[in-house]
Amino acid sequence: MSTVTMGNALNQALHDAIAEDENVLMFGEDVGTLGGVFRITDGLTEEFGEERCFDTPLAEAGIVGFAIGMCLTGFRPVVEMQFDAFAYPAFEQINSHLAKMRNRTGGKVTLPMVIRIPYAGGIGGVEHHCDSSEGYYAHTPGLKVVTPSTPADAYSLLREAIADPDPVIFMEPKVLYWSKADLELPVQEPPFGRAAVRRKGTDVTIVTYGPSVPTALKAAEAAREEGWDVEVIDLRTIVPFDDETVVESVRRTGRCVVVSESQGFAGVAGEVAARVSERCFHSLEAPVARVTGLDIPYPAPKLEHTYLPGVERILDAIGRLQWDDVPDLTHAGASA
Amino acid sequence: METTLAPGGVATDLLPSPQPVQLLDPDGVLVEQAAGNHQYTAPSAERLLELWRGMVIGRRLDVQSTALTKQGRLAVYPSSRGQEACQVGAVQAITGRDWMFPTYRESVALFTRGIDPVEALTLLRGDAHCGYDPMAHKTAPQCTPLSTQLLHAAGAAYGEKRRGSDAVALAFIGDGATSEGDFHEALNFAAVFSAPVIFFVQNNKYAISVPLAKQSKAPALAYKGIGYGVRSEQIDGNDPAAVLAVMDAAVEHARSGHGPFLIEAHTYRMDAHTNADDASRYRTADEVSAWLAKDPLARLQTWLTINGHLDEAAIRDAEQEGEERASDLRDRMNAEPQVDPNSLFDNVFAEPTPQQREQQAMVRAELEADASYAEEESR
Repeated sequence: MSTVTMGNALNQALHDAIAEDENVLMFGEDVGTLGGVFRITDGLTEEFGEERCFDTPLAEAGIVGFAIGMCLTGFRPVVEMQFDAFAYPAFEQINSHLAKMRNRTGGKVTLPMVIRIPYAGGIGGVEHHCDSSEGYYAHTPGLKVVTPSTPADAYSLLREAIADPDPVIFMEPKVLYWSKADLELPVQEPPFGRAAVRRKGTDVTIVTYGPSVPTALKAAEAAREEGWDVEVIDLRTIVPFDDETVVESVRRTGRCVVVSESQGFAGVAGEVAARVSERCFHSLEAPVARVTGLDIPYPAPKLEHTYLPGVERILDAIGRLQWDDVPDLTHAGASA
Repeated sequence: METTLAPGGVATDLLPSPQPVQLLDPDGVLVEQAAGNHQYTAPSAERLLELWRGMVIGRRLDVQSTALTKQGRLAVYPSSRGQEACQVGAVQAITGRDWMFPTYRESVALFTRGIDPVEALTLLRGDAHCGYDPMAHKTAPQCTPLSTQLLHAAGAAYGEKRRGSDAVALAFIGDGATSEGDFHEALNFAAVFSAPVIFFVQNNKYAISVPLAKQSKAPALAYKGIGYGVRSEQIDGNDPAAVLAVMDAAVEHARSGHGPFLIEAHTYRMDAHTNADDASRYRTADEVSAWLAKDPLARLQTWLTINGHLDEAAIRDAEQEGEERASDLRDRMNAEPQVDPNSLFDNVFAEPTPQQREQQAMVRAELEADASYAEEESR
């Protein structure tokens, strides 16, 4: 056993995948000599040479489009978008081609590539460095959307993403890059589409993923003092989605809070809440609550603590689930 | 490729000729190429004869395809009538081991590539997004977003190079698409990675209705390659001899490891953007008839005839083949293929997600209910 950070685990996963399969390549801006701005590609160029891990011009659509073309000749590219919001110029390539190529061509052209995107906030980043963009990708059919919350999952899910026959958007929670675990790599965790129960409980189910998992676990601990036994489910993969684990848990607990750092409106949390409502209505003791980022652009660093769904907001939501008083969720502007 | 800098710091090796390269004039006479940075010689009569025949058949199929829209067999058709020298000439310069990245206007290029016209027109008929096997033909699906496929071409060309193959990629694009960001990123990536890709710009003067003058202030679109370090050339795109000669040079350049090549072919689409558009709203009849006089097919036919490579019987023979293939296309397009709604969930992922399986079951139940209702009604 040794202490492994999520960053170490991702680096090791890339290292092992490149070593095992000559078709696996890593490229993007600054991933070579520098080893990536978060050092996730550290040492890869040094060990495997510029043929296997290389810097590209600074152009995100170019990186993704170029990788699509390389797939046609049998390569399995892993590309890095430096930060969440920097990936937007590549959105057309991702949406119009990467996601659709298998379908457009009746299965004749497949694109086994991975786009790694460091995402979400909590690190005091300046604007355009803290977006939670998973909703855009999850809304696009043809993309798998993955976001680990532990070093073990980071390793295992990235290896699976690289081996996957379909394109995978691999969302790396920046705030967790330095999170640690005692771990022996390589490690194999459950496959895509299987959520993990991070904490068992009987009274409330929190469904969350990526950067919000540790916050949800803290809230669960705090809730125990108030007499709530909270179960925490980490989705791990947003697409494919694990209805089974979520439904089993909520039918048992009768209460559900969905926690997501992304802005709430029309987002992944809303999708989860709707799925739970449709499947667990007769078991629910209260409406499904959402605790999300605010419906504003990600704020400047000094205000991000107000934006982020923290322990207090999660506890408030759990409190509301007693459902003794019907909360007024009417649009505030309408009632004022 | 080592770039030669003139005293003024101009990379002369990359520069296109000041005037579009022309080897065969509109009267069908082989002419001396005007002074340029690179000299090209006319291809052999044998190759020009093959090119002419491809143009005859291509035009007939193009005209037939437009007619199929009037009969409701195609949802839409973007004609390339008048651009046959570009489409046939460019494809004839590459081989089966090379890649091709077409847009929606490249039907004639697809026919020339040997793709069954029915398969080539599947996208436009509305049965499926791509009717042919892109891997079998080394031909990407026809691209509807503008210029996005150029990056795929650069990536595929680089992939071939990494594999140790000498295959090149030919990517088509229109004049309007040179304004898109992906055009510029593709040129830059191809140059930086020395990817063997040929960017073939068919400057047909209009992006739907917007004329070139409102598209770009560049002296020629070919100049756009220079800033990226890409050797570029402009040609008379209605001159089949120039298209083939410069394409040969571009293929040789790319295949021998000198990186990408950009060709701007000055041409004109004789029909509207698609059958759905009214070209008389943005261009004059005089302009169209002036281009009619520069017809690439008539031009090459004149030269071949005058020089004894073509006689009446050979012309009738090619036209006959065009008629037969058009008739075959018409017949086969008259058959209504049954598209199975159960297939909707195929090929989104290698394996459907649990959510897709649920929806698939719902669709199947709906279809079965419809079928049993129809059966009851028919009793």
